[in-house]
Amino acid sequence: MRRTVSADAIRLAIPALSLAILLGAVFWLQPRAMSYIGLNLLFNLAVPIALATIAQMLIMSVNDLDLAMGTFVSFVACVTATFLSEEPFFGVLILAGAVAVYAMLGVVIHLRNLPSIVVSLGMSFVWAGLAVLLLPAPGGQAPEWVRTVMTMKPPVAPMAIVASVVIAVVAHFIVMRSSLGVLIRGVGGNQRSVERAGWSVLAARAAAYALAGVFAVLAGISLVGLTTSADANIALRYTLLSIAGVILGGGEFIGGRISPIGAVIGALTLTLAGSFLSFLRISPDWQIGAQGAILIIVLALRLLLNRLENRDKRR
Amino acid sequence: MRMVDRISRAPWIWSWFAAFLVWFATIMVTGGASTLGLSQAALTFAAFSIIVGIGQMFVITLGPGNIDLSVPATMTLAGTVALKLMDVDNAMILPGLITAILIGIAVGITNYALIKALRIPPIIATLSMSFIVQSAAIWTNRGLRIKPPSFLADFTTSTTLGVPNVSLVALVISVIAWFLLEKTIYGRWISAIGQSTPAARMAGIPVDGIRFITYVFCAVLASLAGYLLACFSGGAALNMGTEYLLMSIAVVVLGGTAVAGGDSNVPGIWGASLFMFLVVSMLNTYGLGAGFRLIMTGLIIISVIMLAGGRQPGAR
Repeated sequence: MRRTVSADAIRLAIPALSLAILLGAVFWLQPRAMSYIGLNLLFNLAVPIALATIAQMLIMSVNDLDLAMGTFVSFVACVTATFLSEEPFFGVLILAGAVAVYAMLGVVIHLRNLPSIVVSLGMSFVWAGLAVLLLPAPGGQAPEWVRTVMTMKPPVAPMAIVASVVIAVVAHFIVMRSSLGVLIRGVGGNQRSVERAGWSVLAARAAAYALAGVFAVLAGISLVGLTTSADANIALRYTLLSIAGVILGGGEFIGGRISPIGAVIGALTLTLAGSFLSFLRISPDWQIGAQGAILIIVLALRLLLNRLENRDKRR
Repeated sequence: MRMVDRISRAPWIWSWFAAFLVWFATIMVTGGASTLGLSQAALTFAAFSIIVGIGQMFVITLGPGNIDLSVPATMTLAGTVALKLMDVDNAMILPGLITAILIGIAVGITNYALIKALRIPPIIATLSMSFIVQSAAIWTNRGLRIKPPSFLADFTTSTTLGVPNVSLVALVISVIAWFLLEKTIYGRWISAIGQSTPAARMAGIPVDGIRFITYVFCAVLASLAGYLLACFSGGAALNMGTEYLLMSIAVVVLGGTAVAGGDSNVPGIWGASLFMFLVVSMLNTYGLGAGFRLIMTGLIIISVIMLAGGRQPGAR
């Protein structure tokens, strides 16, 4: 029998399978979660994490890494809770400026051939400082329209699921189907060949960073929509969560091998892991540790499936 | 002339130059009154970043993607468990130290086991590991703050001939690290692996063994730093390692070690660690608030890397 499934589909099957298993385990532990409200509560915080994961994925697609994702999302959350709700015009201006800074970082990193890890490390201090200046103490207020969008109750599936699907589809079209997305992934795959084909690597990298900035801004706004107020440290975990989400979703650090749908699934898996643990009634001391263990188990599962797949191919 | 030329091309010179500049700018403001105090404080606080930075440097030298994110959690666990074991008893100092080092070895072994057996990228493997280690630290600590034994508390906070003791410890470790890196086959091997792992493998270098030893070495240094830091600050706290995650990476890169691996140097770690502490104290001296201080720290890191960086093509 000839296999007609593409490599991309297999790459996607593993994250999807682990999400399904985890979801099954949650439903088994707590059958009442199998409802509209239950699902909404389970995936409530998935939307900002999914957006941040897509942002990180875009940076990773050009072989870079953004260690400032968490502080940047926190900064955006602070801007949203202060300027965007009180003086929307200035708020939009600041957020547009922040996206421009991201694009500029891409340009600087490319022109000076700097290690992205260090530049984003430095930027994480800058964003954290700006966030502290904006909101020295937790506070602020979410703009009304953001709150309305995030607490919408669409028919059939809860908002968190609908939004995740929309994010996955939009990101898929930008990254996998548009010519810009192909160019960006090409830079990650083989920079020199993209250059020789007459494309501007500089523009591609700047575009990747700017797009990442846009998605990270959306992550910050949606986060405030859920929490209603902000804090300078609100999203610090997002740096590591977003990287873990991309990897769980089948992405890789180098080579422009990424999968937007996988990344969203990875983010959902990470969100679900938290809920799963509270259903298991694990002592709070071990909650973080168990999250690490789940990460390891999912990756081990992926390795196992990869091996089986390779064995099939060799036959 | 050749000497000057050689020094100006040394990758570590930039971090030393920057550290000196900031040091000078700070003592000028205070009119030279705090020169000794500032220098001693800088050496003391830099010592902890130097110890964890050296471990991180060995790991980063192994090549792209190699990084140890479990450093803060290892520090916290080693500090907590060692202080709990010693329980303010001077006689238990050595067992405490050995326990801390054993914890480091255990974390290092597990880290590499995950990387190798499960083929997880090091960044994710050490991250998952750090979650588990941090949980273990929370579980053993339970919010208790046990004081260090009096001898250790005195040792870590006092000076010998005007030089803080912890920085002397850091110096000894640095000399050992320099010797390992420059004078032994092990050092040559990790550089070779960092420059090209396939080439190193074909040359018959035991790549897996060397990577394994390096991850263990890094975790041991982290646990040692945690042990010293817990004694220095009068007890272990659950968040005591947090700032050393970014710090350990920052000092390595600012010190002139290639992020892409294969090229490292020990003196740069010293310059960068002193620089990182001095920047914060300079901005404190100028009376700036926390927000501005963070922004300035970030901008200074970026300026230094822009001045010093961009020399290694292909660097990530």
